[in-house]
Amino acid sequence: MTRNGPLACAFHLAFIVFMLAPLAIVCIVAFTPEGYLSLPTRGPSLRWFKAILGYPEFLRAFRDSLWLAALSSTIAIGLAVPAALAIARYRFPGREAMTALFMSPLMVPHVVLGIAFLRFFTQIGLSGSFTGLVLSHVIVILPFALRLVLAASYGIDRRIEHAATSLGAGTATVFRRITLPLILPGVVSGWLLAAINSFDEVTMTVFIASPATTTLPVRMFLYIQDNIDPLIAAVSACLIALTALMLLALDRLFGLDRLFVGTGKG
Amino acid sequence: MSHLVLEGLGKSYGSAVAVEGIDLSVARGEFISLLGPSGCGKTTTLQMIAGFVPVDRGRILLDGADLAAVPPAKRGLGIVFQSYALFPHMTVAENIAFGLEMRDVPKAERESRTLEVMALVGLKGFADRYPRRMSGGQQQRVALARALVIKPSLLLLDEPLSNLDAKLREEMQGELRQIQRSIGTTTILVTHDQHEAMALSDRIVVMNQGRVEQIGAPDTVYDRPQTSFVANFLGKTNLLAAVADGSGHVAVDGFRIALPGAAAGPISLAVRPERLVLAEAGQGFSARITNRVFQGAHWLLSAESAAGALLLTRANDGRAVPAEGDTVAVSFAPADASLISERPSP
Amino acid sequence: MSPAASERAAPYWLTGPALLVFLGLVLIPLGMTVLLSFYDWGQYKGIVPEFTLKNWREVATDSYFLEIFLRTFRIAILVTLLSIMIGVPEAYILNRMSPGWRSMCLLAVIGPLLVSVVARTLGWALLLGPNGLVNQGLIAIGLIGTPLEFMFTETGVVVALTHVLIPFMILAVWASLQRLDPQIENAASSLGAGFVTIWRRVILPQIVPGILSGSIIVFALAASAFASPAIIGGRRLKVAATLAYDEFLNTLNWPLGAAVAVLLLVALVAIIVGSNRLIERRYAQVFE
Repeated sequence: MTRNGPLACAFHLAFIVFMLAPLAIVCIVAFTPEGYLSLPTRGPSLRWFKAILGYPEFLRAFRDSLWLAALSSTIAIGLAVPAALAIARYRFPGREAMTALFMSPLMVPHVVLGIAFLRFFTQIGLSGSFTGLVLSHVIVILPFALRLVLAASYGIDRRIEHAATSLGAGTATVFRRITLPLILPGVVSGWLLAAINSFDEVTMTVFIASPATTTLPVRMFLYIQDNIDPLIAAVSACLIALTALMLLALDRLFGLDRLFVGTGKG
Repeated sequence: MSHLVLEGLGKSYGSAVAVEGIDLSVARGEFISLLGPSGCGKTTTLQMIAGFVPVDRGRILLDGADLAAVPPAKRGLGIVFQSYALFPHMTVAENIAFGLEMRDVPKAERESRTLEVMALVGLKGFADRYPRRMSGGQQQRVALARALVIKPSLLLLDEPLSNLDAKLREEMQGELRQIQRSIGTTTILVTHDQHEAMALSDRIVVMNQGRVEQIGAPDTVYDRPQTSFVANFLGKTNLLAAVADGSGHVAVDGFRIALPGAAAGPISLAVRPERLVLAEAGQGFSARITNRVFQGAHWLLSAESAAGALLLTRANDGRAVPAEGDTVAVSFAPADASLISERPSP
Repeated sequence: MSPAASERAAPYWLTGPALLVFLGLVLIPLGMTVLLSFYDWGQYKGIVPEFTLKNWREVATDSYFLEIFLRTFRIAILVTLLSIMIGVPEAYILNRMSPGWRSMCLLAVIGPLLVSVVARTLGWALLLGPNGLVNQGLIAIGLIGTPLEFMFTETGVVVALTHVLIPFMILAVWASLQRLDPQIENAASSLGAGFVTIWRRVILPQIVPGILSGSIIVFALAASAFASPAIIGGRRLKVAATLAYDEFLNTLNWPLGAAVAVLLLVALVAIIVGSNRLIERRYAQVFE
């Protein structure tokens, strides 16, 4: 720990404890052998992890969450790539307003979006459907996809595309062979960030999910509303472990700082 | 028949005129330079030929056919960009073979032609390298090879050497000239470097503020500038105030020489510093030396005269050199003076 | 179509799909929600599409709603202040770490962002409960005799929300710290400035934009937070978002819930746009 004094190190240590304590306590409590919330003082037990298998609704919600995240982030990236290219390289009337519109789900509270979608889907007969979930998730995660693809698109030297054109490549070929490979890092990280945000979304989804089609976070939230027991701690521990694994993989692949901070120009 | 013809080519951005009234006809195999300061419209002209910038006025004819309706991808031109614009995600060989691939050239022929052109530009053994792991000079060669391999009818070079250091630039100029000569491709070079234009081209098109100032062989443009812009842009020059009598003679501060073609009245003459000579008293116009600088092979003298400030060179050949403050007589041969015709400002 | 015209049309073709989706799925539903807030509702008749100001009058005059909105913004302000007080020094410390240490610590700082809010808040519920680790610890070291109330209190909600949102502050501040010239502190100290002076006169002025944009993000997310207040605050301690949820899914008074939601949206947009004016940045940039 270079250049930081002992006081700074103590502060930093306290902060890390603050950040990790709630996650750690969930994981520890999940291993309790007792029938109630407690620390596993009598040694760890897998009792509550086995108990999850007796609640197929958690497994089903997990599966639905994965599908929802994959599908909605794929659609979002499909919309974001052409939009980002247009915003990055054309100056056209309405460009600023459009960018603000595409970024607006970041500013509109998810409660409001949830209510708006609930009302809208009820009116058009999509309420409680998987289609409704996908559509609403596309909206809230598109800003994340757009932001990263946009950053990548700004970085392209258009003369590289001109070079390909002058060598005889048509519009489609230029996009497939030149543009797409060049923005691919932005596309992949945008997709990932979008998928993660879809998977974690709970506030908006709680309004439009139905008992038949719901996501894991919503299922967990509704469960916690009724009661907090070691079972939900075990489910959360699984989720935390999964996230940690993915985080490590992401860090290896992209570098977290690049994914979250250095996404701007350069 | 001319290979490439530009007819009254013009381009505006809003109310700003970028290029106006460019007329040029290029012979097959010719090496033409578009020379001018930045913003003179040379790059816009090149982009119009390439098809990346739509033509507002005039026509571009290649082998007699109008290019207006031909999209850039179908023009079959080889372009070397200032930034090289190499495909960073492809190897050198993949970069070079891209154009052949677009033309559906069979794989075997693709490979042999790629190797052939790599040998031509001196890139043997670099096939599997990625561009970012190469020096500027090497990247430049890849860009050139990529443009040449498709056997373009026209080679367009947009400031191709401006990113190289001075020594490498000189080396590449020689090579570029030699390669162009050996394959005989009609070439248009855009540059702001007068030395580069003079070293490489058959003819130079000097441009300024979107218009052509003068077209001619490098020595003609240098020796016989037609406008003060050309005279100043290509090397150093003296602009002498003179008076024409309308009957074949002009006088510079009383020094009369025969120079036909000038209408009576005040005129400007352009004379290169190396063409001004020190004369016997009375056989030239008088000037006072204000400064002298030794430059090895020659002396550079600054002087003041009634015709304006002067710059002249004197070979370091052992003869005495006038000192600062001396008054000397300066003259020049009529053949060394160019009559400057100022374009009436639009 | 001429090349010039097709070039002009290209951006609209490219943004068209996203634009259509957003017009259909953002503007229309939001418009319908605003409309809904002006509809009538009754226990037995349900939603009646007749224009009325009843809901808005109720939200504006009933002190119950005023109290909830005041609480919402009080919590949001406290969370923002805490995030600044903890997040700014932490970002500074992170920035001074060697790259190896830093990427490890970043995992601890950013990592929780990727974990579901529900799981994170559950952790705080376990820690802050009457028999939770925090109370046990405080009793053990003799600071308190009886367990403190954290669950169902604003303190508990503020602590949990700070944990959830502080990564945004750290990221924003760290981004602006990275733009600092690494030699600038040395330059200042070579001119005789002490640590406090360097911070006050050299570093702080340069990272203020980062702190402000981080504050706007944290404030906006805290004011519209739902899951954490719902779990820690429970039914007793309502905030705007949980209030709207209850009106919609428990009382089933959709028009009133819509009015609450629209009010929250309008208040937030006004605050965000207003503070952006203040720091002369467009809101699209704040989230970059």
